[in-house]
Amino acid sequence: MKKATFSIRRGGRETAEMVDYQTEISEGMVVLDAVHQIQAESAPDLACRWNCKAGKCGSCSAEINGMPKLMCMTRLDTIPLDQPVTIEPIRAFPPIKDLIADVSWNYEVKKRIKKFKPRAPDAEDGTWRMSQEDVDRVQEFRKCIECFLCQDVCHVLRDHNKHEEFIGPRFLVYAAALEMHPLDTEDRTGDLKDMHGIGYCNITKCCTKVCPEHITITDNAIIPLKERVVDEYYDPLKRLVRLFRKK
Amino acid sequence: MAANLVQITRRGFGETMRKDGWWIPSVLTFLGFSAFIVYSTWAAFQGQHYSFGPYISPMYSPLIWEAAGQPLTDHAWLGGWPSWIPKILMMTPAMLILWAPGGFRFTCYYYRGAYYKAFWADPPGCAVGEPRHKYRGEKKLPLILQNAHRYFLYLALVFLVILAYDAIHAMFFLGPDGKKHFGIGVGTIVLTLNVILLGSYTLGCHSLRHLVAGRFDELSKRAARYKIYQFVSRLNTRHMLFAWCSLFWVGFSDFYVRMCSMGIWTDFRLF
Repeated sequence: MKKATFSIRRGGRETAEMVDYQTEISEGMVVLDAVHQIQAESAPDLACRWNCKAGKCGSCSAEINGMPKLMCMTRLDTIPLDQPVTIEPIRAFPPIKDLIADVSWNYEVKKRIKKFKPRAPDAEDGTWRMSQEDVDRVQEFRKCIECFLCQDVCHVLRDHNKHEEFIGPRFLVYAAALEMHPLDTEDRTGDLKDMHGIGYCNITKCCTKVCPEHITITDNAIIPLKERVVDEYYDPLKRLVRLFRKK
Repeated sequence: MAANLVQITRRGFGETMRKDGWWIPSVLTFLGFSAFIVYSTWAAFQGQHYSFGPYISPMYSPLIWEAAGQPLTDHAWLGGWPSWIPKILMMTPAMLILWAPGGFRFTCYYYRGAYYKAFWADPPGCAVGEPRHKYRGEKKLPLILQNAHRYFLYLALVFLVILAYDAIHAMFFLGPDGKKHFGIGVGTIVLTLNVILLGSYTLGCHSLRHLVAGRFDELSKRAARYKIYQFVSRLNTRHMLFAWCSLFWVGFSDFYVRMCSMGIWTDFRLF
């Protein structure tokens, strides 16, 4: 059977090294299968986060040959095996051990986004009515599995370490899902501009490229939010119109 | 087992574990944009050979005044070049107008992402190390001015109407009887394709998508706007394609008119 070499990051928070492992590969294998095989054969202490093995839990995010991907959705026949396949944890967050990164920052960020605030119910029984065309846009964003690959590839977090000032593509998608919701009455544009740092996004579309759920993050979530911020803060004509309407 | 140290802190410029040709799109973008900038700047400084019969180069339309020293044609809106514009400025009719479509493209969401990568290496490629440590994004001056994109869109829509008029104008050729007759030449097709490609690019603009209906949460309550939104959204999915095609075709349209005007190419009449 054919063998392949996997160069896997081993180590803790402070120091680490790339360690090469050889393992047999067979048809249909994904990177996560190879990692499990390496765990079984030669590295029982190799730490790796995984759960569904079906691309739906978002646990096995890693950088395979330098690109953020889900290990369970990356088939070995889609990557060159003539040289070692590098596997690293996602780099935008501090590593814990081996392939595991500490993504808890993301959960804290989510708490900072204003929650869903629906309008008063449409019917006496306390229910609402919505049209399908109104929720189509939002439904795309609900496909997110929170794998944080988009956060990982975003250079604002990854290279510029703006974790304090920028919430990243995942949470811009989350904010878009709330902001564009037909029932929601909350206004998040001020937060998006100041606290959430939407202006840091320079539309490189890397987040869209790596999304395993194929959410059109930049075009359908971030740019529409940027435009809403422009409406509110950077469009002098609109401000003038608003001024006259208030009077 | 072989072991080697791995850098787990910020990576340096161009540093990456990627093994694919991540640099190819950025290099192609750099070459494509550079070629267009060089050609359009050269063409804008020429001030001649920008019209041929019923054809006018899109880089010189709208032709507010005929360029200095050029014979008056029916393309000029206000007649000959005014004497009050100092000659030392070396102005041509193209310079009076090119800032508007140029500004539209410069502030376009697609182009921004593309040239930040290709010209500023910000980042040079996805998951590739950057040259600079400081980063302000579009949050502060000067790039905060990119938010003026919608104003350039308004101008681009006006230009689109003018270029559509030019395409129609390119269908009427002066006959030997001194009257204009309907006809189609290769130049007519070139200028018509130009307006179709520019229309596909301009009407797929992210700002337009927002302005027509994207800003509303309840699209169903605005049926007509929703239809337009769907149309703009469909074009928007191919915004990059139309951005490149229209950029190339604007340059080619100018080149075609220039070649015909210089007598190097013959404009064949289909009928």
